Amino acid sequence: MSNANNSLERVQASLARRYRAERRFVWYGRLAVMFALLFVVILFTDIISKGAGAFRLTYARLDITFDPALIGVNDLSDRAVVAAGDWDSLVKTAARARFDGVSGRKAKRELNALFSSGAGYDLKDLLLENPAWLGQTKSLWLLVDDDIDTYFKSRLDGEAYAARVSERQIDWIDQLVEDGDMELRFNQTFFTRGDSREPEQAGIRGALVGSLFTLLVAFCLSFPIGVGAAVYLEEFAPKSRWTEFIEVNINNLAAVPSIIFGMLGLAVFINFFGVPRSIPLLGGMVLTLMTLPTIIITSRAAIKSVPPSIREAALGMGASRHQVVLHHVLPLALPGMLTGAIIGMAQALGETAPLLMIGMIAFIVDVPTGMMDTATVLPVQIFLWSDSPERAFVEKTSAAIMVLLGFLIVMNMAAVLIRKRLERRW
Amino acid sequence: MQKIIQNFFLVLCATCFLAPMAQARDSLEIVGSSTVYPFATVVAERYGRASGLATPKIESTGSGGGMKLFCSGLGTSFPDITNSSRRMKRSEWDNCQANGVTEIIEVLIGFDGIVLANAASTKPLNLTRREVFLALAAQVPGEAEGQLIDNPYQKWSDINPALPGTRIEVMGPPPTSGTRDAFAELALEGGCKAFLWIAALKSTDKNRYKNVCHTVREDGHYIESGENDNLIVQKLEANPDSLGVFGFSFLDQNEDKVQGSLIEGVTPDFESIADKSYPISRPLYFYIKKAHVGVVPGIEGYLKEFVSEKAWGMDGYLAEKGMIPLGDELRVQYAESVLKLIPMKGDESL
Repeated sequence: MSNANNSLERVQASLARRYRAERRFVWYGRLAVMFALLFVVILFTDIISKGAGAFRLTYARLDITFDPALIGVNDLSDRAVVAAGDWDSLVKTAARARFDGVSGRKAKRELNALFSSGAGYDLKDLLLENPAWLGQTKSLWLLVDDDIDTYFKSRLDGEAYAARVSERQIDWIDQLVEDGDMELRFNQTFFTRGDSREPEQAGIRGALVGSLFTLLVAFCLSFPIGVGAAVYLEEFAPKSRWTEFIEVNINNLAAVPSIIFGMLGLAVFINFFGVPRSIPLLGGMVLTLMTLPTIIITSRAAIKSVPPSIREAALGMGASRHQVVLHHVLPLALPGMLTGAIIGMAQALGETAPLLMIGMIAFIVDVPTGMMDTATVLPVQIFLWSDSPERAFVEKTSAAIMVLLGFLIVMNMAAVLIRKRLERRW
Repeated sequence: MQKIIQNFFLVLCATCFLAPMAQARDSLEIVGSSTVYPFATVVAERYGRASGLATPKIESTGSGGGMKLFCSGLGTSFPDITNSSRRMKRSEWDNCQANGVTEIIEVLIGFDGIVLANAASTKPLNLTRREVFLALAAQVPGEAEGQLIDNPYQKWSDINPALPGTRIEVMGPPPTSGTRDAFAELALEGGCKAFLWIAALKSTDKNRYKNVCHTVREDGHYIESGENDNLIVQKLEANPDSLGVFGFSFLDQNEDKVQGSLIEGVTPDFESIADKSYPISRPLYFYIKKAHVGVVPGIEGYLKEFVSEKAWGMDGYLAEKGMIPLGDELRVQYAESVLKLIPMKGDESL
C-alpha cells in the first residue's frame, strides 16, 4: 500500500516537469517552423519587391510617319529591301520633330539615346503587319532605352537615379510626362522575346521554351527507363550479390554532384556520339542521367507499397508474373511513380551546373522551335542576367526568378493533384 | 483514367521525336572570354536583328577555355570565333597549328579597365601599384634585399601613412576568372616590379618571379567574392571600408553606388583608359578561323558589323556598353585587314 502511494507521489511530482518538457519540445518545433517560414518570407519579399518593376516598362508616344523615301523601302514584299531599310531613321526623325531646337551632334545623340535601339525594328515589324500604313502618320508607343526606363521608374518611386541621364534628357522627359506621352505599361516583351543585351528588349520566352523542350526530352527518356529499371529490380531480379551491388550504386548516384553528369554528357554524348552542343535534346539527355536515380528509387518505393495480397490474389487467379505486374502492380504504383518523376523533373528544372559543360550557358537570342535548335534554360537565364552590368537587369533577374518559381509551383501542384486523383488507400 | 494516362504518354513522346529536326548548322558559334562577352553579344544581337538571319550563339567560357575549344579542329562541330581578354599564347598557337587550324585572323577590338572601387559614400583612395602589391601579395620584400616575409600589413596606413587607417579588405574575383589574371598581371606585377631585385628575378628565375608577383594573400584581407561583379558592387555599398576589384563597365553603370580609386593619381574613366594613362587596362581580342568563312553563313556579316564605326567607333554602341575603343588609326588599319581576311603569320610576338 505504502509502496503504491509512494510511486504515485513520485509520478505526480514528476508530472509538472514532464509537462514542461513537452511544452518546451513543442515550442522548439514551432520555432524551427517559424524560422524556416521567416526566411521564405524574406526571400519572397526581396525577390518580389525587386522584380515587380520588371513587369512594367516605360513607353513614350511619338507621331511616326512611315515615309517610304526616309526608310528607303517602297515594296514591303521584298525581304532584302526591307532588311536593308533605315528603320532607325523613323524614330530619329519623329523625335526631332517632337522637340524643337535640338541642334549639335551631342544633343542629337542624347535625343536618339532616349529610345531603345530596337524601337526601329519594332516599327518594321508593325509595318509588316499593317502594310497599309506605308506613307501614313500614326501615333505610336515606343520602347525607351533602359537608362531612361530606370530613371523614370526611380523617379516615380520618389528617388530619381539620374547618373546615367543628362539634364537635357531630363527636360525632354519632363515634357513628355507633362503631355501624357510617357507612361509605364505592361511589359509584353518580357514574355514574347528571347534574351537580349538591351534590358528593355530582353524576354524570358527563349529560356522558358528551352526549359520546356529540355524537360520534355528528360521526362520522355527518364520515366520509361526509370520505371523499367524499378520494375525489374523490384519484381523480377533475383536477390544476389549483383543486384545488391546495383542497388548500392543507384543510391550513391543519387547523391553525386550534378556537374559530374555534365562531364559525362560532354565525354559521351558530344565527344563520342557527336551530338551538337547547346541543344535541348542534349540537355534533356544529360538531365536524364541526373534524374534517373531519383526516379528509380521513388518508383521502387511506390512498387513496394503495393500490398502483397494483391499480387497473391492475382497469382491465385492464374495470372502470369508479367500479367500481375502489368495489370495490377503498375497501375496501382503509377501515382507514386509519377509524383517521383515530377519531383525529379522539378529538380532538373533548377539545374545549371551540368548544362555548363555542354554549352547551354550561352547568349541565345532566337526563341528555339525544336529539340535541335540552340537554347538555354530558365536558371541559366537568371545566372546570365545577374552577371550583366546594366542596372535594369537587376529587376529582370528577380522577375525571371519569379517565373522559375511559378513554373516549379505549377509542377509541384501537378504532382499533388495526380497523387490526389489516382491514389488508393488500403 | 488509365486510358487518359496512356494517351498522354503517347502524345508526349510523339511530340518529342517528331519535333522538327534541323540541319547541320546555320548560325555562327562563338566562345571565349567573359570580359568580351558583353560586347560580342551586343554586336551579335544587332547583326541578327538587322540582317534577319540567325543570331550568333555566344558562350562565355573564359579566354583559356575558348582557345582550347577553338583550337580543337576545323569543321562545324568546332566554334568559328573565340573571344579573348589577352593575346593568344604561343602554346595555344602551336596547338591550333597541330590541329589543322592554320589560318587565324586576329582582331584587336579595344580595351577594358580594371578598377579598385569603394562605396561612393566615402572618400576615393589614391593608390600606387606598389601599394596595391604590398597590400595584397602573399609575401612582400623584407628589410634585407632578397628577403621575403609573410605580408605583415593590416591597415592601409601601415603601408603609407598618408592612406586611411582602415583595415585592408579587398573583394575580388577568384583565380578562375580572367579579371583576376589581368589584375595580377597588371596591378600586382606592375607594383612588384617597383622592387628592383624582384624585377631582376624575371630574367634569372622566371617561376619564382611569377610566384612572388602573382600570389595573392590568403589571410582574410583579400576576399574571393565569386565571378559576379554585381554582387561585389552590392557588398561595397554595405561595407564602405572595403575595396572591390571589377571591370570598368560595372563602375560605369553604378556611378551612384561606387567610385574608382585613383591609381598613380589617375582616375579610371573613359579617356584615361583609352590614352593608357590609367595603368590597369588590358587589350581585348577575338580570333576567327579563315577556313570557316564562306562555310558557316554569317561570318562576314558579323565581322563587318563589328568593325563598323557605329559599333566599335569612338561614339559607337560598344563604347556605350563600357568598352574603350582603339585609336582612330588602329581602327582603320584593323578594319581593313579584317575585311580582307588577312591571317596571322605566326611570327607575331605571342
